[in-house]
Amino acid sequence: MNSVPEDMAPPTPAVDTNGSQAPAEPSEGALWRRLTKTNTAWIFLVLILLVAFFSILKPNNFPTEFNARAIATNAAVLLIIAVGETFVIITGGIDLSVGYVLLFSGVTAAQAMNAFGNPTDRGWDLILLGLLVALVSGLAWGTINGVLVTKAKVPPLIVTLGTLGMAWGMAQILSNGQDIRYIPSLLASVVGAGRFFAIPWLVVIAALVAAAGTIVLRMTRFGRYTFGVGSNEEAARRAGINVDRHLIKVYALSGLLAGFGGFLALAYFTTTTISGHANDNLNAIAAVVIGGTSLTGGIGTVVGTTIGVFIPAILASGFIIIGLQSFWQNVAVGAVLIAAVFVDQLRRRSPER
Amino acid sequence: MAEPLLQARGIVKHYGHVEALRGADFDVFPGEIVALIGDNGAGKSTLVKILSGTEQADEGEIILDGHDIQVSSPLEAQRLGIETVYQDLALAPDLDGAANLYFGREIVRRGPLGRLGFLDDDAMHAGARKAFAELGVDLQNARSPVANLSGGQRQSVAVARSVAWANKVIFLDEPTAALGVVQTGRVLDVIRRIRDRGIPVVLISHNMPQVLQVADRIEVLRLGRRVAQFDASAATMEKLVAAMTGGLDGQGSAA
Ligand SMILES: Nc1ncnc2c1ncn2[C@@H]1O[C@H](COP(=O)(O)OP(=O)(O)O)[C@@H](O)[C@H]1O
Ligand SMILES: [Mg+2]
Repeated sequence: MNSVPEDMAPPTPAVDTNGSQAPAEPSEGALWRRLTKTNTAWIFLVLILLVAFFSILKPNNFPTEFNARAIATNAAVLLIIAVGETFVIITGGIDLSVGYVLLFSGVTAAQAMNAFGNPTDRGWDLILLGLLVALVSGLAWGTINGVLVTKAKVPPLIVTLGTLGMAWGMAQILSNGQDIRYIPSLLASVVGAGRFFAIPWLVVIAALVAAAGTIVLRMTRFGRYTFGVGSNEEAARRAGINVDRHLIKVYALSGLLAGFGGFLALAYFTTTTISGHANDNLNAIAAVVIGGTSLTGGIGTVVGTTIGVFIPAILASGFIIIGLQSFWQNVAVGAVLIAAVFVDQLRRRSPER
Repeated sequence: MAEPLLQARGIVKHYGHVEALRGADFDVFPGEIVALIGDNGAGKSTLVKILSGTEQADEGEIILDGHDIQVSSPLEAQRLGIETVYQDLALAPDLDGAANLYFGREIVRRGPLGRLGFLDDDAMHAGARKAFAELGVDLQNARSPVANLSGGQRQSVAVARSVAWANKVIFLDEPTAALGVVQTGRVLDVIRRIRDRGIPVVLISHNMPQVLQVADRIEVLRLGRRVAQFDASAATMEKLVAAMTGGLDGQGSAA
């Protein structure tokens, strides 16, 4: 996690002599070159090609407003947990637990809303209570992850693998393995299925979370420390940054967003869908990595993650529309993930900067 | 000579069974470049880490401006005006030069946004441009991650960072070890400029000619102890090597 290997890459031509070679001012061409050297640009191209591919194959079914809305809605919850995962991976860590923290938070929120009898006809006060319970549940798991990673010094892969299992087990213990099927209908109709003009509320909310994530990452000290800690943890320590405290905050944020995602999933599916979250972890991590965030830390964008979330979503929709079994989606996402990392490494290994 | 600005007395440091320092002394006087030399494993880096708060001594005392001090953390050292450029460069390679210069001490915007932690990148870039220019460091692309810079430029960023914040003393641990001739010359120029601004510089090196070239005074560490002190004018290659290797135990001009 500490020293980034490309730091050791073959030295670039001595600076002292490069006045004649490189134009100092970035021209438009240079900007384009820089863009194409980011994974984000390539993966965006892949996204467009996928859309074009399915649109040409099924011009009447794929490129429709209905389908666009369905894809975006399906991607919305995943995007929210992937934003938290982006922060974690930029610090050089990983959070495998998000999918089941999401499930756990959905279960506790549903139980809280059912604690006073059938909640179907209840109003916003009960919905807010449910939201609060979901957020606190997620935050708690995230904080546990952060404390174990920093204070107990257990590797994040293991800590979050452990809490993944614990959150899943606890969710089933709390619910007796039975889905809770009653939520306030207001929650389902407004948040789960409602629209803001033509755009589903879920998509609006996810877009706001992603925008906030980008702003925090790019423009605040919290974001700067996230990159800095992931880039060189020891340098951050020596710069007087409280690395442990920052990492705890980052894992807590990831948990908080998973809790929020759990609440939104509850609104969307109107049930806790206990067996429905097996792929959330893989998809969230895949989205982040496909989007160009480096698993070694220090590099990443929320914009990339957003594109990365849409690739599985479009594959899923496209495969169903062209009549392939939906299982092919998992195969394709896995392949895209490996390809994305492979291309990224090729790009970084090239000596030309 | 004047009173030392910084004194280390009887510093002892164990790593398990290894005795890295066995009662080491060290002095820094105002306005000088003092070289700390010694063979590999003599304890130079360890002494610097203790004086800059990244390691804690098992025994011994540190005196700054006549006062006993505890350098319990890097943050504490920074507060005291002690800055260090570590042998294993402590830069964040994915951040740009300005972000590294201000790492841990970011400038935030005025007003409510600042209280939320929003950064004032323009101010930091302006400050960085000025700091680099003052040291004669020429960064072609100040917005590029420092991973993309050459070794010399990276070293310059690290040095500029410490210069920007130090007001008592700067430690440079082997700052030219990885550099070519031209870049080494530049870093040495920078070191002289810092000294000329009145801030003493401690240069850790085992490059004898370089030490003789820039240092005003030389202290020699061997097996975790100070074994000799020289005025640079009185030092020769032979004397330094003899002190480093033990051929001169107890005969240093002031040890
Ligand atoms: N973190 C550490 N753990 C164990 N031994 C160490 C550690 N740091 C330094 N040492 C040992 O302490 C001695 C002094 O090392 P160091 O201060 O790096 O010497 P120098 O910088 O003069 O080459 C060496 O024997 C080294 O192996
Ligand atoms: Mg050393």
